[in-house]
Amino acid sequence: MTHSTDLRGRGEAVEGGDAIETVLGHRGLQLEEALIFEQDSAGSSGVDLPTAPEAPDRLGTFRRQGRIGLPGLSEPEVVRHYTRLSQKNYAIDMGLYPLGSCTMKHNPRLNEAVVRLPGLAGAHPMQPVETVQGALALIDELAHWLKELTGMPAVAMSPAAGAHGELCGMMCIRAALDARGDSKRRRVLVPESAHGTNPATAAQCGFTVDPIPANAKGRVDLAAFRAKLGDDVAALMLTNPNTCGLFEPDIIAIGSDLHEAGGYFYCDGANFNALVGRVRPGDLGIDCMHINLHKTFSTPHGGGGPGAGPVVLSQALAPHAPLPWVVHSGDGFALVEHEGDAGDAKPFGRLKGFHGQMGMFVRALAYMLSHGKDGLRQVAEDAVLNANYVLAGLEDVMTVSFDGPCMHEVLFDDRFLKGSGVSTLDFAKAMIDEGYHPMTMYFPLVVHGAMLVEPTETESKAGLDAFIEVMRSLAARAKAGDADSFISAPRLTPRRRLDETAAARKPVLRWREEAAE
Amino acid sequence: MRYLPLTDADRKAMLARIGVSSIDSLFRDVPESARFDGGYGLPDHMSEMEVGRHIGALAARNMAAGSVPSFLGAGAYRHHVPASVDHLIQRGEFLTAYTPYQPEISQGTLQALFEFQTQVALLTDMEVANASMYDGATACAEAVLMAGRVTRRKKVVLSGGLHPHYRDVTQTQSSYLDIEIAGMGPDLSGEEDLSGLVDDDTACVVVQNPTVFGHLHDYSELAARCHDKGALLVAVVTEVISLGAVMPPGAMGADIVVAEGQGLGNPLGFGGPYVGLFATKQKYVRQMPGRLCGQTVDDDGRRGWVLTMSTREQHIRREKATSNICTNAGLCSLAFTIHAALLGEAGLTELAQLNHATASALAERLGKIDGVEVVNSHFFNEFALKLSKPAGEVVSALADRDILAGVPAARLYPDEPALENVLLVAATECNLAAECAAFADGLAEVLQ
Repeated sequence: MTHSTDLRGRGEAVEGGDAIETVLGHRGLQLEEALIFEQDSAGSSGVDLPTAPEAPDRLGTFRRQGRIGLPGLSEPEVVRHYTRLSQKNYAIDMGLYPLGSCTMKHNPRLNEAVVRLPGLAGAHPMQPVETVQGALALIDELAHWLKELTGMPAVAMSPAAGAHGELCGMMCIRAALDARGDSKRRRVLVPESAHGTNPATAAQCGFTVDPIPANAKGRVDLAAFRAKLGDDVAALMLTNPNTCGLFEPDIIAIGSDLHEAGGYFYCDGANFNALVGRVRPGDLGIDCMHINLHKTFSTPHGGGGPGAGPVVLSQALAPHAPLPWVVHSGDGFALVEHEGDAGDAKPFGRLKGFHGQMGMFVRALAYMLSHGKDGLRQVAEDAVLNANYVLAGLEDVMTVSFDGPCMHEVLFDDRFLKGSGVSTLDFAKAMIDEGYHPMTMYFPLVVHGAMLVEPTETESKAGLDAFIEVMRSLAARAKAGDADSFISAPRLTPRRRLDETAAARKPVLRWREEAAE
Repeated sequence: MRYLPLTDADRKAMLARIGVSSIDSLFRDVPESARFDGGYGLPDHMSEMEVGRHIGALAARNMAAGSVPSFLGAGAYRHHVPASVDHLIQRGEFLTAYTPYQPEISQGTLQALFEFQTQVALLTDMEVANASMYDGATACAEAVLMAGRVTRRKKVVLSGGLHPHYRDVTQTQSSYLDIEIAGMGPDLSGEEDLSGLVDDDTACVVVQNPTVFGHLHDYSELAARCHDKGALLVAVVTEVISLGAVMPPGAMGADIVVAEGQGLGNPLGFGGPYVGLFATKQKYVRQMPGRLCGQTVDDDGRRGWVLTMSTREQHIRREKATSNICTNAGLCSLAFTIHAALLGEAGLTELAQLNHATASALAERLGKIDGVEVVNSHFFNEFALKLSKPAGEVVSALADRDILAGVPAARLYPDEPALENVLLVAATECNLAAECAAFADGLAEVLQ
């Protein structure tokens, strides 16, 4: 073991810093942990393998030369290392995680159990289709749920994430325009409050982006939208409920005006949790919408993925859905993997290596079956109720950006902090010391110092009461002039504020042996 | 409903606190015509036991490649994942955390990402790697777009040894951008020479090692040719375990290396989620897509990690971003990292050699069967066979005997009659002697 590394890192303690000094830098249950590369015990391994058979060498001159550079550790050392790392994370399993637009809800463990069944975890994507009828049936069943819940006739299952679903939807739109010989429509309207993925996606499909302003109520400015319509408009990309947590009440007029002008209606489904079981996006006149299975349907976020972003499609766009897809065939299911087998359809191509995020499909279906149509309606209602309860509990001490009621999330801005010397960021960091993950900060961009709070339906009333009490107390403390306690927060975490400017200016993106000496 | 904490009494009290009489008044912005009260064609809620049985019944209708002799590869490989990997990734602190946007309370995810980036850089022999992509195929498409940004050129050459799904995803993602793609026909013999196609307008050449037909190459000369012409060499690896035994793309001079990382830590799972690896040279890092984790210090001077260089990304750059991507394959990359940490240098080297020896022994054995010809002279753990019958028929006949014999090339290339009798066969550490014997015996019978 070469555990000689200075666990406290390589910097000097800041003068006047109040870090408690211990021999190794541990602080009770907060255990410092070196990188695996600093724990190398050369020759060690955490696995034992079967003996290799005798066989001729077929690598020849293509054999790798020299050391790879991976460290050697035994199984107990690896288990301890990653257990210690895990304890430096906040997680939905530990508490309220009110990240607006991210829908951090409880992740049921049944879903983790069923995805690991050997018949699913052990199925190879290129097995003969007659040996994977259960897997294809599962995809078909999930597709049925998604179509029913959205009131849409078709769904493309393969996109790997929300942004990938956006790409799928916008490529369907581009393909549909090309199929009707419409080469003039290259402008895509995107509200200012949109997720950054919307304009980035439009650009990847060869469109230009034209922003639409919000009105004083946080909704699409209908007059400004109408003024932007024209025969060069390919599509509108609209999030509904929007990123201010508000339903777009003019959405039906927006859709029909857009269609009349010859454009397609892309709906960003990131906020479907507010509507599931109560409102079918298909009744709003949309042409396509991605569904983040990792938001509305609770597949775990896993520290940043993997997600899944199936896209429901209107009759007009369905023929352009990407390969592959599942079809009913005789008394079973088949996979359409090539354009030659696609019949009259005109798929725009392929988006992913195999058939989609199957592991997420299994979890999402387990979630849907557990709730049923009755439970899903309750999901939307409780999500909206919880957000409005937070709004009611905080509106007199924080500034609500737009009049309620809100949908599944509530938007505050930093006007209540004016003159206090405390910023949205400082306020968020102080929440961390109080035991909460902060809300989404500085998004959407349409208000100053945004704080977007999404509690989700899996929080109890008692949990929300405690959160409200903490937020009220912090707001009072900020207004009382105690800016220092915010600016120095967080103080009780495994690390205090990190120097992000230095990280970006001189990027250190990997460990190197020489750098450690 | 077991996942919903609110009671009816809570709901009533909360509505009163909000000052409305019913939940419907909170939905008042929804137009009347959009409120759906009709019937959904869906069942009501089920107990945990019923859901478990429903999905269990679907799972039971599959023949699991993990449970029978299986020789399927073509971009997804059966490997034994140590039990501790799946235990650790199911710790709630990893499983149920979001993207590490608040680094003070996300150091676990961030440190693991920093270890992942380092492992990927070491395995590919490249200078830097990102925090992962959706899968190998999408990473390949992103590499081509990046090569276009770096070189400001638009011609792209895709090798005939590139997995056709990677080819298709790359073509699809480039369809509406100013990129011209020349895709070569399938390279069954492994004799393709692309150097003549590289010219002053070439942005990049994309090659794969081992190729989809299992051939091994040293692309050093092709890399030199690319560099002479100001083009980049993009190297694809679909079986990450190969990097424990085969010369890495970085050593050949590749500029961007993308790989499918499923083979470390992640189950076959019927095709996903997997984990795309993306590595390049330091000088290109600002053109790289995807998340990056970087080292820094905190206010107490202690080492820590943050997401960094986000000015490349969509939430800052919007339509000018390097990519629209906003997630990585977080939990899959964690599984990769823990499996690689367990193996270590000695374990990965031994595992790769075991894969190679198993495949080599199998090829020897199968090659002696009448009606079987092994195409490859050199390979890692996957090779191509020319059979005396159409490979699809052979695979079906063996599936009836509970043997998954491999991937017929025709499944990947339906329009290439010349490949009808070609079968792609992979062997890993999971194929112990009895499985290989059952395959050989079954194949001999089916070809009689």
